[in-house]
Amino acid sequence: MQTLINFVISIWVQLVCALVIVAVLPLVAGYIVLMERKVMADMQARLGPMRVGPHGLLQPIADAVKLLLKEDIIPDEADKGIFWIAPLISVTAGMLAMSALAIGPWFQIADLNVGLLFVVGIGALGIFGIVLGGWSSNSHYSLLGALRSAAQLVSYETAAGLAIVGALLLAGTLSTREIIETQEDYGVWFVFAAPVGFFIYVVASIAETNRAPFDLPEAESELVAGYMTEYSGFRWALYFLAEYTNMVVVASIATTLFLGGWLRPFAGTTAFNFLDGFPSLLMLVVAGYCFYRAPKQPVKIQKMFLVVVAGLFILVAAIFAAPLMAPAGSLVASAKPGLHGAFWFLLKVGLYLYLFMWLRFTFPRYRFDQLMRLGWQFLIPLSIVNVMGIGLALVLHRQLGWSHWTAFPLTTILTLVVAGMLASAGAKKDKEHAVVGEEA
Amino acid sequence: MAEQRIPFATHAETTVLGADEIVLNMGPQHPSTHGVLRVKLRLDGEKVIGSECVIGYLHRGVEKIAEHRTYTQFAPYVDRMDYVAAVSNGLGYCEAVEKLLGAEAPLRARVIRTILTELQRIASHLFWLGTHALDIGALTPLFYCLREREEILKIFEKYCGARLTTHAFRIGGLQYEAYDEFEKDVERFCKPFDTRVNEYESLLTSNRIWVGRTKGIGILTAKEAIDYAASGPVIRASGVKWDIRKAMPYAAYDLYKFEIPTGKNGDTYDRYIVRMEEMRQSRLICLQAIENIPTGPIMGKVGKVLKPPPGEVYHAIEAPKGELGYYIVSDGTTQPYRVRIRPPSLINLEAFDKMIRGHLVADVVAIIGTLDIVLGEVDR
Amino acid sequence: MANDPEEKQPPASPKEEPSAVKPPAAASEPASKPPTAPAAAAAKPPAVAAPPRPPAPPKEGPVPLDNDLVKRYKERFGDAIREAWIDRKQAILVVARERLMEIATYSRDDEKFDWLSDLTAVDWPKREQRFDIVLNMYSLERNERLRLKVYASADQRVPSVQGVWATANWEEREVYDMFGVVFEGHPDLKRILLPDEWQGHPLRKDYDILTQDTAWVRENLGIESGQ
Repeated sequence: MQTLINFVISIWVQLVCALVIVAVLPLVAGYIVLMERKVMADMQARLGPMRVGPHGLLQPIADAVKLLLKEDIIPDEADKGIFWIAPLISVTAGMLAMSALAIGPWFQIADLNVGLLFVVGIGALGIFGIVLGGWSSNSHYSLLGALRSAAQLVSYETAAGLAIVGALLLAGTLSTREIIETQEDYGVWFVFAAPVGFFIYVVASIAETNRAPFDLPEAESELVAGYMTEYSGFRWALYFLAEYTNMVVVASIATTLFLGGWLRPFAGTTAFNFLDGFPSLLMLVVAGYCFYRAPKQPVKIQKMFLVVVAGLFILVAAIFAAPLMAPAGSLVASAKPGLHGAFWFLLKVGLYLYLFMWLRFTFPRYRFDQLMRLGWQFLIPLSIVNVMGIGLALVLHRQLGWSHWTAFPLTTILTLVVAGMLASAGAKKDKEHAVVGEEA
Repeated sequence: MAEQRIPFATHAETTVLGADEIVLNMGPQHPSTHGVLRVKLRLDGEKVIGSECVIGYLHRGVEKIAEHRTYTQFAPYVDRMDYVAAVSNGLGYCEAVEKLLGAEAPLRARVIRTILTELQRIASHLFWLGTHALDIGALTPLFYCLREREEILKIFEKYCGARLTTHAFRIGGLQYEAYDEFEKDVERFCKPFDTRVNEYESLLTSNRIWVGRTKGIGILTAKEAIDYAASGPVIRASGVKWDIRKAMPYAAYDLYKFEIPTGKNGDTYDRYIVRMEEMRQSRLICLQAIENIPTGPIMGKVGKVLKPPPGEVYHAIEAPKGELGYYIVSDGTTQPYRVRIRPPSLINLEAFDKMIRGHLVADVVAIIGTLDIVLGEVDR
Repeated sequence: MANDPEEKQPPASPKEEPSAVKPPAAASEPASKPPTAPAAAAAKPPAVAAPPRPPAPPKEGPVPLDNDLVKRYKERFGDAIREAWIDRKQAILVVARERLMEIATYSRDDEKFDWLSDLTAVDWPKREQRFDIVLNMYSLERNERLRLKVYASADQRVPSVQGVWATANWEEREVYDMFGVVFEGHPDLKRILLPDEWQGHPLRKDYDILTQDTAWVRENLGIESGQ
């Protein structure tokens, strides 16, 4: 008994982190959905949810309550056991993948030394949930959607994996924490050393998470909702949660590997220490904007709401500023890495998700055969060439002593040239097969 | 009476999941079939090897109703067929009856009719563009197009009180005089419209994904288009330079200068380009027309009671969807003996089977969208 | 409704009672056939003080036609061209039912009427051959329209022209659906707009919707319809 208690006490930080993820992530995913709807509305010249709560802020809660209260419909001829378990597999895979990721230097459940491999591998288990969901629904539409989704995920997993390998060559380690520390040591984020790899990873991760322009399996206008067609109520909410969790996971991987994780821009250079004030500044700018808009609201309660929000942001700004103001060595000052690290990490993840949303509302959808062609005939060869290019650059830099200012840009240019050749070859083939998708 | 019934698929084929061919049923309730259209597809994997359109879900017996209404009473019914472009329907009908009567609307009425019809053409094409882009996955152009279309509908509302089913014209001319700021409103809409169309084009025309989804899809050669009596942008995109507004001008179209855009390959991309260009040309017609709307009466000399002499007439106009024809037979009484409406959407839809063979399931929505059908007109 | 006072009537409004029908000679649309518009009966001279009287019906309507086109058809097909007239400046040929395929093929290939606008029917129940099958054709090259008519009775079959113009397929199905005319040689003649099990052909003049309604009510509800 005592050993058990001792054990629990020794891992209390990880337990708290796990609790936060399981409890808070669904809520956060709900608010990411709200953010997506607001961003969508903004790009479409309209407002988005405005009614439920001020500016629609209670919309996710209303949605969650509605979905919980909905009737649980299971198709008559569906395989009930698998129907029940399929969404759970997707959600579990997504959440489990979060466990090896480091959201700040203090927030990590499991600091595995194969962290990144674990994350990517577990994330891939989500495919089971999709295929089983489509199969157990016993409907043409669902099955088609599920198989397509699975094929898409598997293809783009390869390209994503190879892009990750490229960055791992630079990092030299699989542990998420150490990758970020390596970037800190080098003083440069890996996106600058391997920009083509980053680009490949962005495209592949969009396809991984079934987002537009790769969302044919879920396209409303074609297969209604693909593998999710027969799911309603909370089961559907679980799938949705799984999708957004995957988005966060994928964004976190990209941030960890390419964008420097929790590092501030120019983390090593003391000349840029003023950037430490950026979190507080951002909060103050938002607070200022709220104060600016408050008098323009028509109704008193709306004014009060904005003032309260502004006050909250000022509070957060103060929290960010506190470690900077406090004397060095004190308890408050030692909170800086954790607090600021988390801020930078979440900011980068947020920007990555905004990029996802931006792309979704700008581009039409790829047809399935075009999607597969893009994955297999463009991205995978390109990612292989990318890995070779980075290897070449590393050899030039480490063995032959070239400066990294010449080695990396050179190999990046070579990789881009190959990319151009691949793209034009693909375009020529597209013209030949213009009439019919022969290789359906 | 022998009925040759060739079933498209047996019950077993539709329900059992075979390995070779599936019969997939799209509709009649489906987010992208633009109304109640049912399409039965025979698929080999993802490739479509056969299709059958089942229509009639919106059949309201408009032609039968026409035989029991007077000519004036029937005029509001025609708006409800192609409800996206009601003004064009009304124009065709009023002009057909005017031909039957031997009457003619005065010039001022014809010019205002032209302006309203061209605005309606722009509105119809905007709606088409928004929904077509939405089906292919571009979520944003829909809202931009509807924003523009809203301006046109406001003009219609100011003119005749209705946005959608306008009943804007009367047999012999117009009932309502153009309201005070009519020219100003039309000009205020048309002036910046060119930049708007550029905005839509910037989102779509050279977008690689859009081109990939529309180029080479649903090709209809010129010969096939003529054989299937396709009309409107469908036949023009196949390379046949034919527009009733130029070939047999009606209303006031012979007074204005405009181009007829044509395509080359007859694929979905060409139809898209043709309709975008048609929007620009319509805008030019409106701008030319409002510069100089002639004064004069707006109603021609037709009696209160319309009793056309016995006979028949076939009058066709260039509706946004294609050639909208009215074949009206009169027996000398106040009620038409037979009204036949030639629906461009139905005739264009016939070419669907030809266009879809060999393509994938994902192209079905693209092709239905590009034909620009309105089920109200298909089924009447 | 057509003559309600307008708000902004221009000052020079016509003084005569607006009830005369203008003669068709002033129509502006280009004639597809040489205009042989019959002289309309002149509108009654406006009686200044008398209330508006309905005009005498002018002698418009079908007028026999014999121009080059008709001559060519008659030369080629002789008796099969039963009648030819012009009505509202549109030419109409009535042809024999048995030779419709030939005439259609000739129209498409030699006379270049390659675009079939419309194929429909009209029901004249008092006539022995009650149905008028009407084909509106258009020539893209010559920018001309021509109408062919074929008379058929309810039990006579009409040759299907969907081999000549592919578009006739659905149009013939609709004529079958609405009128009950059977087209011979049609690959798939079944109802198009109405459900497959519908009884009756609605656009026939003796089809009364009330009959359908009372029959349905009697069958399904077991009572007499109150209509």
